Amino acid sequence: MSALVGTGALLRLYLRRDRVVAPLWIVLLGALPLLYAVSIEGLYPTAADRQTFYVGTVAVPAQAALVGPIFGSSLGALVSWRSGLMLTLVPLAAILTVVRHTRGDEDAGRTELIGSTVVGRYAGLTAAMLLAGGGVAATALLSSISLSAFGLPLVGSVAFGAAIVVVGGVFVGCAALAAQVAPDARAARGYALGVLAAAFALRAIGDAGSGTLSWLSPIGWSAQVRPFADERWWPMLLSLATAAAFCAAAFVGAKRRDLGSGLRAERRGSVSAAPSLSGPVALAWRLSRGTLALWTVGIALFGITIGSSVDGIGGQIGASTTFNDALEKFGGSTVEQSFIVAVLSGVGILVAAYSVSALLRAHSEEEAGLAEIVLATDVSRLRWLVAHLLFPVLGPVWLLVVLGLTIGAGYGASTGDIAGEIGSVVGGALGQLPAVWVVTALGVALFGAFPGFASAVWAVLAGFVALGQVGAVIGLPQPWLDLSPFTHVPRSLGGIDSLESIGWLLVIAAVVCSAGSAAFVRRDIRG
Amino acid sequence: MTDAITVEGLRKTFGTVTALDGLDLTVETGEVHGFLGPNGAGKSTTIRILLGLIRATSGAVRLLGSDPWTDTAALHRRLAYVPGDVTLWPSLTGGEVIDLLARMRGGIDTARRAELIERFSLDPGKRTRTYSKGNRQKVALISALASNVELLILDEPTSGLDPLMEQHFADCVKDAARRGVTVLLSSHILSEVDALCSSVTIVKDGRTVDAGTLASMRHLTHTTITAEVDRVPENLDTLAGVSAVTVDGAAITCTVDNDALAATMRILSDAGLQSLVSSAPTLEELFLRYYA
Repeated sequence: MSALVGTGALLRLYLRRDRVVAPLWIVLLGALPLLYAVSIEGLYPTAADRQTFYVGTVAVPAQAALVGPIFGSSLGALVSWRSGLMLTLVPLAAILTVVRHTRGDEDAGRTELIGSTVVGRYAGLTAAMLLAGGGVAATALLSSISLSAFGLPLVGSVAFGAAIVVVGGVFVGCAALAAQVAPDARAARGYALGVLAAAFALRAIGDAGSGTLSWLSPIGWSAQVRPFADERWWPMLLSLATAAAFCAAAFVGAKRRDLGSGLRAERRGSVSAAPSLSGPVALAWRLSRGTLALWTVGIALFGITIGSSVDGIGGQIGASTTFNDALEKFGGSTVEQSFIVAVLSGVGILVAAYSVSALLRAHSEEEAGLAEIVLATDVSRLRWLVAHLLFPVLGPVWLLVVLGLTIGAGYGASTGDIAGEIGSVVGGALGQLPAVWVVTALGVALFGAFPGFASAVWAVLAGFVALGQVGAVIGLPQPWLDLSPFTHVPRSLGGIDSLESIGWLLVIAAVVCSAGSAAFVRRDIRG
Repeated sequence: MTDAITVEGLRKTFGTVTALDGLDLTVETGEVHGFLGPNGAGKSTTIRILLGLIRATSGAVRLLGSDPWTDTAALHRRLAYVPGDVTLWPSLTGGEVIDLLARMRGGIDTARRAELIERFSLDPGKRTRTYSKGNRQKVALISALASNVELLILDEPTSGLDPLMEQHFADCVKDAARRGVTVLLSSHILSEVDALCSSVTIVKDGRTVDAGTLASMRHLTHTTITAEVDRVPENLDTLAGVSAVTVDGAAITCTVDNDALAATMRILSDAGLQSLVSSAPTLEELFLRYYA
């Protein structure tokens, strides 16, 4: 057991370092189901209301794809369905925690210092996994207790929490393994998040269609536990077996690799720079193209799947009157179009997240002293900033065009009007841009004027999403909902119904971005 | 314009913290100028102002005849900067970073680049995330030294280098000086400054405490000696220029002005010298002495 010596001490150290972040995600995620329970009970107080909602929702594959499968019309079943995103968010928090305390610390050189003291080979990995696993368990426990205390059946509440624990466990193991394989923390995070994205995509595509693909996804397994709807416990065995396999592989990997490097060896690179690598734009392209390529592949796969499955949705649903509500909520003149609009608005938020992460590269380069090196050459502040804005501003254009093209091509192939459908879907996708750019611009403003709080743009984006997702459900007044730019994007394909609000969003984005740039040019460079 | 850098009464405050409090610095064109001070004295802050990265709170700053805050980019074509703590883009190779930075300054001397890579024995094909601190420093140094510039600003450039590489670095700085390049060398290693610089500026707590040519500052230089002797000499602590004498059994430790070094040696050898360790004063000791 000497390989585990020091695990307890390290765990206490990690707990101390995470004393703000960990409680924050545990409480925010853990309290989410209770919030949904309160709002759903308020909006649909009687069994008949809930039955109507259930029938309306189950008919929309987009809902199944984006949120998850719905298994019943009881209050618990609706809460469980609405909380479907937790099965992705909790693993996300687990991945970030594991990588931060393993390869993140190694890259920063902290593990080396600790490794020279009395700690075993597996102590750091074990402590990081215990911390992440403990966070997952605490989140699940909080949600189980709060749902049970709210008055929902105990068995369902336990199943709800258990489903979260097992999917969290799978991704604690997945992140631990990625941390052994990847050459550095950034890559480790990328590998694990890639698996999570694949799991989400498989479940989304599966649940929108026959459901077969969902059985390849750990998120799908947890959804199939069906809390509050005749619970099925055996899918958790799949998760537990997978988690155990990942953990075992991670420990084997930990034994085989050296500190600070992964099992995947570093490739040798070029001994001199290509002639094209000669300025800040070329540098930004070199540093950011890989991430954009990954996003492009992911979005294109998603678009192709959605595009090819969208035709015929109208037939499935028919002229159901209960569907009118949902149709109206999403916009669009046909069922297919409203489905596409719903998909576009969901992906719009994801694209905004891409833009924010691309923008924050400027922030992390400044904090790391890399901005200083470049700004000490013949590169002006403005040129440096513009180079760092290319991806956050133009990347979303590219991603939304790819999304529109792939959905439009698939949809058009089935309707026989490829050019026409591509045109309208690309137009609808690009309708998301003004809202995305407002988020980007707010990020520029924070980075320019309050560089210490640049990362708060994530909170801004989360706030906008919360206004759109939760605000509407709990019935916030319209002026509140209007605060989010995503409230103002076009709700139909083609995007010409609200030219005025698009114009305003663009003006706001331009003004805020200019103000942020002006502040950046005048302020002290941190470092 | 004979002075490459002139700084007068420079002040910089960060909130309530005063980093620079009336600092003066003059670097003549073509000289290698040592910028000395302990950690936190304000050397890096001064350099960041000279580079236009941060704005002076008050005071006059001229760099190559221009204002570094307003004429930033035009000035940067004429200088190269090496930070003390070098971070690089992890996915780029050392060779790529060398070329990229030099190109952004306005050009690279490829022959000198090859020679420097050879001299510093750097593997330019490895990605910078695999480099040690010393190797990252080499990348920044090679890029700066291979760039065609007239001013080098080096902020503690040898802190991660081993002694052999420090020697190569010293040779490179001498080469640069022969080409007519002005060098501002920030350091807290007195021996390095001693070997390379013709004049120095000493700063403490954000102020200039002394400045001038090294020759004129020799009066500050002294040596710490630890000797083991057969019998403890009685006349040592009365000798002019010898101070801080402590005796521990047969071991004597004292600080000796360089003028009094010969006389001290005679006394020690008469006392039956067994072993001798002499060390150059650290900058911290110099300061202590300066304020004593």
